[in-house]
Amino acid sequence: MLRADAMDLHSSRSAPEATRRGRWYLRGVAAAVSVPGLILASAFIGFAGLAKEAGLTLVQTVFMVGMVWALPAKVVLVGAIMTGASLPAAAFAVALSSIRLAPMVVALVPELRGPNTPRWVLYFLAHFVAVTSWVLAMERLRGIPPAMRTSYYAGLGSTLVLFNMLVVAVTYVVAENLPPMVSAALFMLTPMYFLTSLWGSARERAGHVAMVLGIVLGPLLHLVVPGFDLLGAGLIGGGVAFGLHVAARRRAAA
Amino acid sequence: MTFDAIDAWWWPFVFILVGGWLVTDAWRFLGVYLGDRITEDSDLLVLVRALATALVAAVIGNLIVFPSGALADTALALRIGAVVAGFVAYLFLGRKVLVGIVAAEAVLLAGLWMGSSHADMAALHGIFTSA
Repeated sequence: MLRADAMDLHSSRSAPEATRRGRWYLRGVAAAVSVPGLILASAFIGFAGLAKEAGLTLVQTVFMVGMVWALPAKVVLVGAIMTGASLPAAAFAVALSSIRLAPMVVALVPELRGPNTPRWVLYFLAHFVAVTSWVLAMERLRGIPPAMRTSYYAGLGSTLVLFNMLVVAVTYVVAENLPPMVSAALFMLTPMYFLTSLWGSARERAGHVAMVLGIVLGPLLHLVVPGFDLLGAGLIGGGVAFGLHVAARRRAAA
Repeated sequence: MTFDAIDAWWWPFVFILVGGWLVTDAWRFLGVYLGDRITEDSDLLVLVRALATALVAAVIGNLIVFPSGALADTALALRIGAVVAGFVAYLFLGRKVLVGIVAAEAVLLAGLWMGSSHADMAALHGIFTSA
Protein backbone atom coordinates (compact mmCIF):
# COMPACT_ATOMS: atom_id res chain seq x y z
CA MET A 1 0.00 0.00 0.00
CA LEU A 2 2.72 2.31 1.05
CA ARG A 3 4.83 1.26 -1.92
CA ALA A 4 1.94 1.88 -4.31
CA ASP A 5 1.54 5.36 -2.88
CA ALA A 6 5.21 6.02 -3.35
CA MET A 7 5.03 4.86 -6.96
CA ASP A 8 1.98 7.00 -7.52
CA LEU A 9 3.76 9.96 -6.13
CA HIS A 10 6.78 9.23 -8.29
CA SER A 11 4.86 8.90 -11.55
CA SER A 12 2.63 11.89 -10.85
CA ARG A 13 5.74 13.93 -10.21
CA SER A 14 7.77 12.79 -13.20
CA ALA A 15 5.00 13.12 -15.81
CA PRO A 16 4.40 16.85 -15.26
CA GLU A 17 8.20 17.25 -15.08
CA ALA A 18 8.51 15.84 -18.61
CA THR A 19 5.68 17.99 -19.97
CA ARG A 20 7.17 21.01 -18.25
CA ARG A 21 10.54 20.29 -19.87
CA GLY A 22 8.83 19.79 -23.21
CA ARG A 23 7.09 23.13 -22.86
CA TRP A 24 10.37 24.96 -22.06
CA TYR A 25 12.11 23.14 -24.91
CA LEU A 26 9.42 24.48 -27.27
CA ARG A 27 9.85 27.97 -25.84
CA GLY A 28 13.55 27.63 -26.68
CA VAL A 29 12.57 26.60 -30.22
CA ALA A 30 10.33 29.68 -30.41
CA ALA A 31 13.20 31.89 -29.23
CA ALA A 32 15.24 30.62 -32.20
CA VAL A 33 12.47 31.58 -34.63
CA SER A 34 13.06 35.28 -34.09
CA VAL A 35 14.76 38.34 -35.52
CA PRO A 36 18.21 37.13 -34.35
CA GLY A 37 17.50 33.69 -35.81
CA LEU A 38 16.55 35.20 -39.18
CA ILE A 39 19.66 37.37 -39.16
CA LEU A 40 21.86 34.36 -38.47
CA ALA A 41 20.13 32.49 -41.31
CA SER A 42 20.93 35.36 -43.67
CA ALA A 43 24.58 35.13 -42.64
CA PHE A 44 24.46 31.40 -43.48
CA ILE A 45 23.11 32.25 -46.95
CA GLY A 46 26.38 34.09 -47.44
CA PHE A 47 28.37 31.16 -46.03
CA ALA A 48 26.74 28.67 -48.43
CA GLY A 49 27.94 30.82 -51.33
CA LEU A 50 31.45 30.95 -49.89
CA ALA A 51 31.64 27.16 -49.39
CA LYS A 52 30.36 26.52 -52.92
CA GLU A 53 32.97 28.91 -54.29
CA ALA A 54 35.65 26.97 -52.37
CA GLY A 55 34.61 23.76 -54.11
CA LEU A 56 33.00 21.95 -51.19
CA THR A 57 30.16 19.55 -52.03
CA LEU A 58 26.65 20.02 -50.66
CA VAL A 59 27.07 17.19 -48.13
CA GLN A 60 30.49 18.44 -46.97
CA THR A 61 29.10 21.96 -46.49
CA VAL A 62 26.07 20.82 -44.46
CA PHE A 63 28.29 18.45 -42.43
CA MET A 64 30.61 21.33 -41.61
CA VAL A 65 27.69 23.49 -40.42
CA GLY A 66 26.49 20.78 -38.04
CA MET A 67 29.91 19.77 -36.69
CA VAL A 68 31.74 23.10 -36.37
CA TRP A 69 28.74 25.40 -35.96
CA ALA A 70 30.57 28.65 -35.00
CA LEU A 71 30.47 30.80 -38.14
CA PRO A 72 33.87 32.55 -37.81
CA ALA A 73 35.55 29.13 -37.34
CA LYS A 74 33.88 27.84 -40.52
CA VAL A 75 34.88 30.90 -42.50
CA VAL A 76 38.49 30.34 -41.39
CA LEU A 77 38.31 26.63 -42.27
CA VAL A 78 36.87 27.31 -45.73
CA GLY A 79 39.52 29.99 -46.22
CA ALA A 80 42.22 27.45 -45.33
CA ILE A 81 40.72 24.93 -47.76
CA MET A 82 40.61 27.57 -50.54
CA THR A 83 44.28 28.46 -50.08
CA GLY A 84 45.31 24.78 -50.03
CA ALA A 85 46.48 24.76 -46.41
CA SER A 86 47.58 21.44 -44.86
CA LEU A 87 45.41 19.86 -42.18
CA PRO A 88 47.66 20.85 -39.22
CA ALA A 89 47.83 24.47 -40.47
CA ALA A 90 44.05 24.59 -40.98
CA ALA A 91 43.39 23.06 -37.54
CA PHE A 92 45.77 25.56 -35.90
CA ALA A 93 44.09 28.56 -37.57
CA VAL A 94 40.61 27.33 -36.63
CA ALA A 95 41.75 26.60 -33.06
CA LEU A 96 43.11 30.14 -32.73
CA SER A 97 39.92 31.68 -34.10
CA SER A 98 37.85 29.64 -31.65
CA ILE A 99 39.61 30.24 -28.34
CA ARG A 100 36.84 32.71 -27.48
CA LEU A 101 34.44 29.74 -27.22
CA ALA A 102 36.10 28.66 -23.94
CA PRO A 103 35.47 31.90 -21.96
CA MET A 104 32.01 32.17 -23.55
CA VAL A 105 31.10 28.70 -22.26
CA VAL A 106 32.68 29.43 -18.86
CA ALA A 107 30.41 32.49 -18.56
CA LEU A 108 27.35 30.56 -19.74
CA VAL A 109 27.64 27.41 -17.60
CA PRO A 110 26.78 29.00 -14.22
CA GLU A 111 23.64 30.53 -15.78
CA LEU A 112 22.71 27.35 -17.60
CA ARG A 113 23.13 24.76 -14.89
CA GLY A 114 20.16 23.92 -12.68
CA PRO A 115 20.26 22.43 -9.19
CA ASN A 116 20.75 18.82 -10.42
CA THR A 117 22.04 19.16 -13.96
CA PRO A 118 24.19 16.13 -14.94
CA ARG A 119 27.57 17.10 -16.32
CA TRP A 120 27.08 15.27 -19.66
CA VAL A 121 24.09 17.51 -20.39
CA LEU A 122 26.34 20.57 -20.12
CA TYR A 123 28.97 19.00 -22.41
CA PHE A 124 26.28 18.13 -24.93
CA LEU A 125 24.68 21.59 -24.87
CA ALA A 126 28.07 23.32 -25.14
CA HIS A 127 28.27 22.20 -28.77
CA PHE A 128 25.45 24.66 -29.58
CA VAL A 129 27.46 27.61 -28.26
CA ALA A 130 28.26 30.21 -30.90
CA VAL A 131 27.72 33.94 -30.81
CA THR A 132 23.97 34.05 -31.57
CA SER A 133 22.82 31.37 -29.14
CA TRP A 134 25.23 32.70 -26.51
CA VAL A 135 23.95 36.28 -26.76
CA LEU A 136 20.32 35.06 -26.73
CA ALA A 137 21.01 32.81 -23.74
CA MET A 138 22.87 35.46 -21.71
CA GLU A 139 19.97 37.81 -22.39
CA ARG A 140 17.10 35.46 -21.57
CA LEU A 141 18.23 32.64 -19.24
CA ARG A 142 17.88 34.90 -16.20
CA GLY A 143 14.12 35.02 -16.72
CA ILE A 144 13.75 31.24 -16.89
CA PRO A 145 13.34 28.89 -13.89
CA PRO A 146 16.85 27.45 -13.16
CA ALA A 147 15.69 23.82 -13.42
CA MET A 148 14.27 24.47 -16.92
CA ARG A 149 17.19 26.39 -18.42
CA THR A 150 18.92 23.37 -19.99
CA SER A 151 15.67 22.36 -21.74
CA TYR A 152 15.19 25.90 -23.01
CA TYR A 153 18.74 26.13 -24.30
CA ALA A 154 18.48 22.67 -25.92
CA GLY A 155 15.44 23.89 -27.86
CA LEU A 156 17.13 27.14 -28.82
CA GLY A 157 20.50 25.64 -29.80
CA SER A 158 19.28 22.57 -31.67
CA THR A 159 16.76 24.60 -33.67
CA LEU A 160 19.39 27.13 -34.72
CA VAL A 161 21.81 24.39 -35.84
CA LEU A 162 19.25 22.24 -37.68
CA PHE A 163 17.47 25.17 -39.31
CA ASN A 164 20.73 26.65 -40.61
CA MET A 165 21.85 23.26 -41.95
CA LEU A 166 18.63 23.38 -43.96
CA VAL A 167 19.20 27.00 -45.00
CA VAL A 168 22.70 26.17 -46.22
CA ALA A 169 21.47 23.11 -48.14
CA VAL A 170 18.68 25.04 -49.86
CA THR A 171 20.92 28.01 -50.65
CA TYR A 172 23.63 25.73 -52.01
CA VAL A 173 21.16 24.14 -54.42
CA VAL A 174 19.16 27.15 -55.58
CA ALA A 175 21.58 30.06 -55.17
CA GLU A 176 22.29 31.96 -58.31
CA ASN A 177 24.38 35.05 -57.88
CA LEU A 178 22.58 37.55 -55.69
CA PRO A 179 22.69 41.22 -56.78
CA PRO A 180 25.76 42.73 -55.05
CA MET A 181 23.67 45.30 -53.19
CA VAL A 182 21.46 42.58 -51.65
CA SER A 183 24.53 40.51 -50.81
CA ALA A 184 26.28 43.49 -49.17
CA ALA A 185 23.17 44.23 -47.11
CA LEU A 186 23.04 40.58 -45.96
CA PHE A 187 26.67 40.66 -44.83
CA MET A 188 25.99 43.85 -42.84
CA LEU A 189 23.19 42.20 -40.83
CA THR A 190 25.45 39.98 -38.71
CA PRO A 191 27.79 42.62 -37.23
CA MET A 192 24.88 45.01 -36.61
CA TYR A 193 22.89 42.33 -34.86
CA PHE A 194 25.86 41.18 -32.75
CA LEU A 195 26.71 44.77 -31.85
CA THR A 196 23.27 45.82 -30.60
CA SER A 197 22.32 42.57 -28.88
CA LEU A 198 25.70 42.18 -27.17
CA TRP A 199 25.41 45.75 -25.85
CA GLY A 200 21.97 44.94 -24.48
CA SER A 201 23.07 41.69 -22.82
CA ALA A 202 26.02 43.18 -20.89
CA ARG A 203 25.71 42.52 -17.16
CA GLU A 204 27.86 45.32 -15.83
CA ARG A 205 29.63 48.44 -17.11
CA ALA A 206 32.75 46.34 -17.62
CA GLY A 207 30.87 44.62 -20.45
CA HIS A 208 30.36 47.90 -22.31
CA VAL A 209 33.99 48.95 -21.78
CA ALA A 210 35.16 45.54 -23.04
CA MET A 211 32.96 45.91 -26.12
CA VAL A 212 34.23 49.35 -27.11
CA LEU A 213 37.85 48.26 -26.63
CA GLY A 214 37.35 44.95 -28.43
CA ILE A 215 35.63 46.41 -31.47
CA VAL A 216 38.49 48.91 -31.99
CA LEU A 217 41.36 46.59 -31.01
CA GLY A 218 40.15 43.67 -33.18
CA PRO A 219 40.76 45.35 -36.57
CA LEU A 220 43.85 47.23 -35.30
CA LEU A 221 45.53 44.05 -34.08
CA HIS A 222 44.44 42.30 -37.27
CA LEU A 223 46.71 44.68 -39.14
CA VAL A 224 49.62 44.35 -36.69
CA VAL A 225 49.51 40.69 -35.57
CA PRO A 226 47.10 38.80 -37.85
CA GLY A 227 46.15 35.45 -36.33
CA PHE A 228 46.37 36.77 -32.78
CA ASP A 229 43.95 39.66 -33.30
CA LEU A 230 40.94 38.12 -31.54
CA LEU A 231 42.93 36.67 -28.67
CA GLY A 232 44.91 39.90 -28.19
CA ALA A 233 41.81 42.09 -28.34
CA GLY A 234 40.08 39.80 -25.84
CA LEU A 235 42.96 39.78 -23.37
CA ILE A 236 43.69 43.51 -23.56
CA GLY A 237 40.07 44.71 -23.85
CA GLY A 238 38.76 42.29 -21.24
CA GLY A 239 41.71 42.87 -18.91
CA VAL A 240 41.40 46.67 -19.00
CA ALA A 241 37.61 46.50 -18.56
CA PHE A 242 38.04 44.21 -15.54
CA GLY A 243 40.74 46.49 -14.08
CA LEU A 244 38.40 49.48 -14.33
CA HIS A 245 35.60 47.41 -12.78
CA VAL A 246 37.77 46.54 -9.75
CA ALA A 247 39.04 50.13 -9.43
CA ALA A 248 35.49 51.54 -9.55
CA ARG A 249 34.35 49.15 -6.84
CA ARG A 250 37.32 50.06 -4.63
CA ARG A 251 36.46 53.73 -5.06
CA ALA A 252 32.84 53.04 -4.19
CA ALA A 253 33.89 51.10 -1.09
CA ALA A 254 36.35 53.78 0.07
CA MET B 1 47.68 16.73 -46.26
CA THR B 2 45.51 19.36 -47.96
CA PHE B 3 41.75 19.11 -48.45
CA ASP B 4 42.31 17.50 -51.88
CA ALA B 5 45.36 15.43 -50.86
CA ILE B 6 43.68 12.02 -50.63
CA ASP B 7 41.32 10.97 -53.37
CA ALA B 8 38.75 9.18 -51.20
CA TRP B 9 35.20 10.15 -50.30
CA TRP B 10 35.94 10.10 -46.57
CA TRP B 11 39.03 12.30 -46.55
CA PRO B 12 37.23 15.71 -46.75
CA PHE B 13 35.08 14.62 -43.80
CA VAL B 14 38.14 13.66 -41.76
CA PHE B 15 39.63 17.05 -42.70
CA ILE B 16 36.47 18.85 -41.49
CA LEU B 17 36.30 16.74 -38.30
CA VAL B 18 39.93 17.28 -37.28
CA GLY B 19 40.39 20.79 -38.70
CA GLY B 20 36.96 22.04 -37.66
CA TRP B 21 35.01 20.04 -35.12
CA LEU B 22 37.85 18.88 -32.84
CA VAL B 23 39.48 22.30 -32.48
CA THR B 24 36.19 24.11 -31.76
CA ASP B 25 34.47 21.64 -29.43
CA ALA B 26 37.72 21.18 -27.49
CA TRP B 27 37.41 24.83 -26.39
CA ARG B 28 33.72 24.41 -25.61
CA PHE B 29 34.42 21.31 -23.48
CA LEU B 30 37.25 23.10 -21.67
CA GLY B 31 34.74 25.89 -21.01
CA VAL B 32 32.28 23.45 -19.40
CA TYR B 33 35.05 21.91 -17.29
CA LEU B 34 36.19 25.31 -15.98
CA GLY B 35 32.73 26.91 -15.83
CA ASP B 36 31.40 24.08 -13.68
CA ARG B 37 33.95 25.01 -11.01
CA ILE B 38 33.07 28.67 -10.75
CA THR B 39 30.37 30.39 -8.68
CA GLU B 40 27.92 32.77 -10.28
CA ASP B 41 28.85 35.96 -8.44
CA SER B 42 32.61 35.60 -8.28
CA ASP B 43 34.94 38.31 -9.57
CA LEU B 44 36.60 35.70 -11.76
CA LEU B 45 33.35 35.39 -13.68
CA VAL B 46 33.23 39.15 -14.26
CA LEU B 47 36.73 38.86 -15.71
CA VAL B 48 35.82 35.90 -17.92
CA ARG B 49 32.69 37.69 -19.13
CA ALA B 50 34.74 40.78 -19.96
CA LEU B 51 37.27 38.65 -21.89
CA ALA B 52 34.54 36.84 -23.82
CA THR B 53 32.72 40.10 -24.56
CA ALA B 54 35.90 41.80 -25.84
CA LEU B 55 36.63 38.76 -28.03
CA VAL B 56 33.18 38.78 -29.59
CA ALA B 57 33.44 42.57 -30.05
CA ALA B 58 36.72 41.99 -31.91
CA VAL B 59 34.89 39.57 -34.22
CA ILE B 60 32.31 42.31 -34.85
CA GLY B 61 35.02 44.89 -35.55
CA ASN B 62 36.70 42.56 -38.05
CA LEU B 63 33.38 41.81 -39.78
CA ILE B 64 32.95 45.55 -40.33
CA VAL B 65 36.51 46.53 -41.24
CA PHE B 66 37.54 43.33 -43.10
CA PRO B 67 34.21 42.00 -44.39
CA SER B 68 33.64 39.11 -46.79
CA GLY B 69 31.47 38.79 -49.87
CA ALA B 70 30.00 41.80 -51.66
CA LEU B 71 30.38 43.93 -48.54
CA ALA B 72 34.15 43.83 -49.14
CA ASP B 73 33.63 45.92 -52.28
CA THR B 74 32.04 48.82 -50.38
CA ALA B 75 33.94 51.80 -48.94
CA LEU B 76 35.21 51.41 -45.36
CA ALA B 77 33.94 54.89 -44.47
CA LEU B 78 30.43 53.93 -45.64
CA ARG B 79 30.46 50.74 -43.57
CA ILE B 80 31.63 52.54 -40.44
CA GLY B 81 29.12 55.35 -41.06
CA ALA B 82 26.31 52.81 -41.40
CA VAL B 83 27.31 50.99 -38.19
CA VAL B 84 27.64 54.23 -36.19
CA ALA B 85 24.25 55.46 -37.47
CA GLY B 86 22.67 52.12 -36.57
CA PHE B 87 24.22 52.06 -33.11
CA VAL B 88 23.19 55.68 -32.34
CA ALA B 89 19.64 54.86 -33.48
CA TYR B 90 19.69 51.79 -31.24
CA LEU B 91 20.91 53.77 -28.20
CA PHE B 92 18.50 56.70 -28.54
CA LEU B 93 15.37 55.10 -29.99
CA GLY B 94 14.42 52.71 -27.22
CA ARG B 95 17.31 50.19 -27.45
CA LYS B 96 15.56 47.97 -29.98
CA VAL B 97 17.89 45.65 -31.92
CA LEU B 98 15.69 45.88 -35.00
CA VAL B 99 15.81 49.72 -35.01
CA GLY B 100 19.61 49.63 -35.04
CA ILE B 101 19.73 47.12 -37.87
CA VAL B 102 17.19 48.95 -40.04
CA ALA B 103 19.01 52.29 -39.57
CA ALA B 104 22.40 50.78 -40.46
CA GLU B 105 21.01 49.02 -43.55
CA ALA B 106 19.23 52.20 -44.68
CA VAL B 107 22.47 54.20 -44.52
CA LEU B 108 24.44 51.42 -46.24
CA LEU B 109 21.93 50.98 -49.08
CA ALA B 110 21.52 54.76 -49.53
CA GLY B 111 25.29 55.11 -49.75
CA LEU B 112 25.59 52.22 -52.24
CA TRP B 113 22.73 53.59 -54.32
CA MET B 114 24.29 57.05 -54.45
CA GLY B 115 27.67 55.50 -55.21
CA SER B 116 26.28 53.37 -58.04
CA SER B 117 24.31 56.25 -59.58
CA HIS B 118 27.51 58.26 -59.32
CA ALA B 119 29.35 55.46 -61.14
CA ASP B 120 26.61 55.39 -63.81
CA MET B 121 27.03 59.11 -64.28
CA ALA B 122 30.78 58.69 -64.61
CA ALA B 123 30.25 55.92 -67.18
CA LEU B 124 27.84 58.11 -69.13
CA HIS B 125 30.30 60.96 -68.93
CA GLY B 126 33.00 58.65 -70.29
CA ILE B 127 30.77 57.61 -73.20
CA PHE B 128 29.97 61.22 -74.07
CA THR B 129 33.52 62.50 -73.84
CA SER B 130 34.91 59.59 -75.87
CA ALA B 131 32.21 60.00 -78.55
